[in-house]
Amino acid sequence: MAGVGGAETTARKVRWGVLNAVVVIYALFPVLWIASLSFKSAATLTDGNFVPREWTLDNYANIFATTEFVRALLNSIGIALIATTIAVVFGTMAAYAIARLDFPGKKLLVGVSLLIAMFPQVSLVSPLFEIERSLGLFDTWPGLILPYITFALPLAIYTLSAFFREIPWELEKAAKMDGATPGQAFRRVIAPLAAPGVFTTAILVFIFCWNDFLFAISLTSTERSRTVPVALSFFTGSSQFEDPTGSIAAAAVVITIPIILFVLFFQRRIVAGLTSGAVKG
Amino acid sequence: MAEIVLDKVTKRYPDGALAVQDVDVEIADGEFIILVGPSGCGKSTTLNMIAGLEDISSGELRIGGERVNERAPKDRDIAMVFQSYALYPHMTVKENMAFPLRLAKVDDATVEKKVAEAADILDLGQHLDRKPANLSGGQRQRVAMGRAIVRSPKAFLMDEPLSNLDAKLRVQMRTSVSRLQRQLGTTMVYVTHDQTEAMTLGDRVVVMRGGLVQQIGAPQFLYDHPTNLFVAGFIGSPSMNFVPATLENGSLRSGLGDVTLSDRIRNLLESADAPREVIAGIRPEHFEDARLIDDASRSRGATFTSSVEVLESMGSDKYAYFSISGEQATSAELAELAADVGTSDVPGDGISLVTRISATSTAKVGEPAEIWFDADKVQLFDPATGKNLTYSGD
Repeated sequence: MAGVGGAETTARKVRWGVLNAVVVIYALFPVLWIASLSFKSAATLTDGNFVPREWTLDNYANIFATTEFVRALLNSIGIALIATTIAVVFGTMAAYAIARLDFPGKKLLVGVSLLIAMFPQVSLVSPLFEIERSLGLFDTWPGLILPYITFALPLAIYTLSAFFREIPWELEKAAKMDGATPGQAFRRVIAPLAAPGVFTTAILVFIFCWNDFLFAISLTSTERSRTVPVALSFFTGSSQFEDPTGSIAAAAVVITIPIILFVLFFQRRIVAGLTSGAVKG
Repeated sequence: MAEIVLDKVTKRYPDGALAVQDVDVEIADGEFIILVGPSGCGKSTTLNMIAGLEDISSGELRIGGERVNERAPKDRDIAMVFQSYALYPHMTVKENMAFPLRLAKVDDATVEKKVAEAADILDLGQHLDRKPANLSGGQRQRVAMGRAIVRSPKAFLMDEPLSNLDAKLRVQMRTSVSRLQRQLGTTMVYVTHDQTEAMTLGDRVVVMRGGLVQQIGAPQFLYDHPTNLFVAGFIGSPSMNFVPATLENGSLRSGLGDVTLSDRIRNLLESADAPREVIAGIRPEHFEDARLIDDASRSRGATFTSSVEVLESMGSDKYAYFSISGEQATSAELAELAADVGTSDVPGDGISLVTRISATSTAKVGEPAEIWFDADKVQLFDPATGKNLTYSGD
């Protein structure tokens, strides 16, 4: 029986291995392709080879030589970081209140935030355009940060309140009995336990802001606040007749890097089951 | 260390529900007091009010002679052990135990010393650097106790601290809690729903039901002199047998036959103005195999014959179960007890009796046995009010 069981698990492992490989290749192929394109020279760009025959860093040199891209990269990083920080800070406070307190209008607040998250963004573009133009926010950082926070906050509140609900309330009571003020209980007991939730939320919100194209293209007009996804669409070659594919590919690879770094950096802090051992057995 | 006084302490929730009503308890310095009762009786709410985790709606709470109603938990200088232990999962055992001292800004050397002392008392020395997730249930429980004792508070509050342990460990921890309390001599308020813990641990026991204190007294006193049906049924394991009975000219007629009551009981009944219909309560140990009873004792009680349904030999004694014909005793208090134990919907014909008889008895399952009971030990209750008509405690 043991032999049969062993053969079966081997077969199963192989089956799953193949399936996993297919999924990974399917998911990563476009990424590898764009990376491959970014290393090709203009002449070999369309030769159809997956592995570049001539490796070149010209595309990277080109995009960093233009202020257009560098400026957009700075805009993207700045806007996404500011929006993420604000959304996570307010989201943490709101989520803690929602998870722990009973206050009048709590259901309404949760409902409205869900409504905002569900709202089709495209229907807001025209009114926002008009509003921002008359308020002087059009084509500025705050002009993008504000709508990002609006849409990221419900997401942050939802993710974080789920995390706060996981933290046993008795820990807070225990901290109080041990002599902590509410502030100390939050800082020394609740916040460290909620950290994985905060980091998860930060990643999600950052990715949302980083990837946005719709608001960025509608609410900006110049390099002043144009973010990378939009800047990419405005790429032209160094002359009118040059194909910008290589530059676009290089830029696409570059803007993927911050996301990968961001996730790798925070992933180590997202330890599942951090609260295990707090209560019961 | 200090005494804790609850003076007409009441908890009323905003929706009007009364969780605890006019609780009057004076807990002496160094006393080990138990709050016991079925779930929802208000014992945990009372404890939380002493702790400061819940507001007191009316009445006064004094710790060490000072009114503390309005003080935050941290200013009451009391420590609490939670049912779930509530250990901080991101801290090691040592950090957990040091936490109250760190908050009190105690210097490092003292923290080290106090934690080491507590770890020594609780035998946690080799686990100090581990996280709670890597500890067994019993170890976690001890860490929770350690966190309470490190800062030598005025009093300990324990909210069912042993109920998450398995049966064997619970018995073991029970004795160590008791030893710990004697060793430290600190006032301890202990909440449990387990009457065995209540009986074995406390200097005094407070029995609660529906937010009201039913009776306060030493465990043995509550066992011998319950003030009402509820206390009688709640304290003692196996619990007291209840049989509906009728009083007639100083004798008691019930499914167990007719018994002439002793003068002592008759006098008590007279002064209590007893109704005709009563509920008779007899503890299992007040029964005996009639063959093992001498004539002098035999005349003091009465006998009945019934066939043994189940016989459990415990080595030192035997538990014999009978079921005799007749209606089961009914009262609101008994119904609540049954609901708490979960036997309210167990079907049964007639009245079931549990008797504890001598190990030398030759009674056999399925065969009739003649069983004697001590008429002087019978307690009689008013079915309407639940009051013990034979209460002679005062």
